[in-house]
Order: sequence, then structure tokens, then C-alpha cells
Amino acid sequence: MAVEKFKVEASHIMMFARAVGDANRIYHDEDYAEGTEPGSIIAPPTFAQASAQFDPDYSLRPPIDGDGWFGSGGKPSGAKPREGSGGGGGGGGGGLHAEQRFVYHRHIRPGDVLTATNKPGNTWERESRRAGKLTFSESVTEYRDQNGELVITATGVGVRTERPVDQG
Amino acid sequence: MALNASELNAGDTYTERLVEDLKRTQIVMYAGASGDYNPVHTDEVFTTEVAGYPSVFAHGMLTMGLTGKMLTNYVGDGRLTEFGVRFTNQVFPGDTLDATATVVGVEDGIVELNVATVNQKGVQVAMGTAKARVD
Repeated sequence: MAVEKFKVEASHIMMFARAVGDANRIYHDEDYAEGTEPGSIIAPPTFAQASAQFDPDYSLRPPIDGDGWFGSGGKPSGAKPREGSGGGGGGGGGGLHAEQRFVYHRHIRPGDVLTATNKPGNTWERESRRAGKLTFSESVTEYRDQNGELVITATGVGVRTERPVDQG
Repeated sequence: MALNASELNAGDTYTERLVEDLKRTQIVMYAGASGDYNPVHTDEVFTTEVAGYPSVFAHGMLTMGLTGKMLTNYVGDGRLTEFGVRFTNQVFPGDTLDATATVVGVEDGIVELNVATVNQKGVQVAMGTAKARVD
């Protein structure tokens, strides 16, 4: 995803670390973090994914007024996921996350102001017994800091399934 | 805290329990923190009636984030240089996950690891590789 300004804040790192069940104090305790090798709070290794919060048009966040959102209210809304969103997979008409890779040039810290630029990578297809035709598409996101230095290179692969993945 | 190259051998393993009986609320927390509000992760009505899955399921990135905790506990804070996984099966509420890092080798101060996360049925849900700086 492309993001112009991803301001990294300590409270966001704390919440993200909680969400991935990581109690490591380096993610929330400044005093403790000072005494560690990194010397400050850093972000957990998958934190860059939270840049979605800073993409004004992120398709997997309901619009402020909720209008057109494909999730349910009292009943299914009947709306379709926007093109390019992960969507529901199979019957939901969208896709799933197939693969994710990160290369760390350094680790993210509070105070960083990152930009993310995105370019599409390869696409390919495969037949699957459990979900029919699979269409994979790769995208490469470069996260750069306030000095223009490359911080993280993230490669994501999404997959659209012909039908919901059989759990049998 | 960091690993020492001289003490690492190919085939060494490190395993951690990532989560036991994964709670739906944990998935909600991940949605809120990451900003990925895809309804297949939190909206049971959409997921069962429209998307066609038996229940909501975890973000692949929650599985990867949980797996990352095992890795950073093993290699030390700020030591990872690469981390990648494929999501090979979905993770559902109630799942218990264990992750294992296996040393492939050490070269030029970098340890290469295979990474695998399995559920309570022994089914692999994520597999991949990681690299980290060692002393």
C-alpha cells in the first residue's frame, strides 16, 4: 500500500505488540528499552503492516460514514468489496493473504516518519484441490524514513480463490 | 540475549507456544492495531453467510506477528534482518499455535532459520525463513 506519512508512535507500537500477544517490555517501556541493545523502544517485526492505518483510501477499513462497506450490520449488507481489497475470499469475492516477507535494513522506532511506496510484482495462477483456481499477485512496498533511508522492504502476496478454502 | 555463532549448530531448534485457545477478542485487537478490518476476521455473519467459511478466522498477519514473538525471543531484540512466511492454512478461534525455529546454518555473522508454526492438530499454518545477526 502507498502511504505518504506513517508517523510511528510509541502508543501504537504498544497496542500492536499487545495485539500479537508480545509482552516484551522493549515494545512499551522506555526506561527498560534504554538498557537494551537497540537502546530505545522499537517496533515488533511485523509492525510495518500497520501502515494501513495511514492509507487514506485503504479498502479494508469501513468509510467514516460506513456507506458501501461490505461487512454486515444487522444482516449482510450485500455490498461488494472494493477492487484491490482482500475481501472475503471465495464466496466473498475477494482474496486472502498468501505470503509476506520483510527485509529489515534497520528496525522502526517511535518518532520515525515513514513513507511507503508500492509497486506491483509478479502474478501467477495455480489450480488447488481445496479452493479451485488460485490467482496470486505480488506487491513490493518500500518503507523509507524521514531521511529518505530505506528501513524495510516488504513483499506481500495476495491470492484470490475461486471458492472458499475447503476446511475438510 | 543475542545468539552466539560458536554455539549454534545446523538442526538446533527453539520452540515456543504462541497462543492457547485463540480468542476472538485477540483477532479484534489485531484488526484494531493493524487497521485491517476485513470482515472475515471479526464479522461472523459476513464470514459464514457471504464468504462461506465456518467462522471468522485470524489475519495471516496475526499468525505472522505471533510467530515473530518466538523469533525475537530467540534471536534477541533488533537482531532480525529478514523474516518471511507463507500462510499454508487458516487459523481459527480456539486454535493453539506452536512455532519452531530451526537453524539452517551460520555465515558471516548471520544465522539462517527455517520457521514453522503448527496448530493443535499438528497442521502447519505458516512456514518460512528468517535471518538474524548473531555475535
